[in-house]
Amino acid sequence: MANETQDTKKKEAATVQREERTRERRVYVPSVDIIEGKEETTVIADIPGVDESSVDITVEKNILEIYGKVDPEIPQDMRLAISEYGIGDYHRRFTLSDEIDMDRIQATLKNGVLKLILPRAEKAQTRKIEVKAGE
Amino acid sequence: MLWSEFERLGRFVDPWREFERTSRDWARMGTPSAHDFPLINVWTSADKTVVTTEVAGMNPADIDISVADEVLTIKGKRESYEPKNDESYHRRERWGGQFSKNIVLPFRIENSKVQARYQKGVLTVILPRAEADKPKKIAIAGE
Repeated sequence: MANETQDTKKKEAATVQREERTRERRVYVPSVDIIEGKEETTVIADIPGVDESSVDITVEKNILEIYGKVDPEIPQDMRLAISEYGIGDYHRRFTLSDEIDMDRIQATLKNGVLKLILPRAEKAQTRKIEVKAGE
Repeated sequence: MLWSEFERLGRFVDPWREFERTSRDWARMGTPSAHDFPLINVWTSADKTVVTTEVAGMNPADIDISVADEVLTIKGKRESYEPKNDESYHRRERWGGQFSKNIVLPFRIENSKVQARYQKGVLTVILPRAEADKPKKIAIAGE
């Protein structure tokens, strides 16, 4: 059995948002792993049902936002007999603690797993100023 | 069965109701509250059943699907991300490890015709009803 301590249920996103959605649909909070390294932060999110064309990733200042759009596949002429999970979009926002080098962000999506590598911006180099002896 | 028998039972035996009841029994055998991982949706029609489940990030070779009579078993495993030397987890919410789930279906399955596909992290298993199990219409021969 998968990690028993974890919830198997999908969590619905809070309804209070800055803006209202134009499409009426459920929105879930994806489960994520965040791994912090010296030079980069890795964010891994489970967003089953989303492919590379239906995911939006934005970084503005230090806010990382992930939105995955899911088009539910409903089998024709069939009825839903058991429904243990709901289908909907995914949305999550993070505040990043460090300055991110926007140009070097890498994002990959495979089998419903989004992996983001966020390299840290190089700190303004400390310049050593040599002082020459006056004449 | 005579009509009086139906009256005695009080209702027709609805296979789907039975199915849902047995599925709940299966679930109860595991954790008392939530359903067992992975969560499933089951679609049905007269001649087939479609089971879908969200198991992102798996290698299709690590998904094991088997059908024995009316029981579908889905097994699998997913490795967690291994942090490199200078890395550490700040947040860990995603599942990892092995799972196994039994699903009791309402009818026998044509084992040789079961199809499965894995797309965008969603597993879909299509299970056609066994020919021998399908209800037959009996024609009445006239004189």
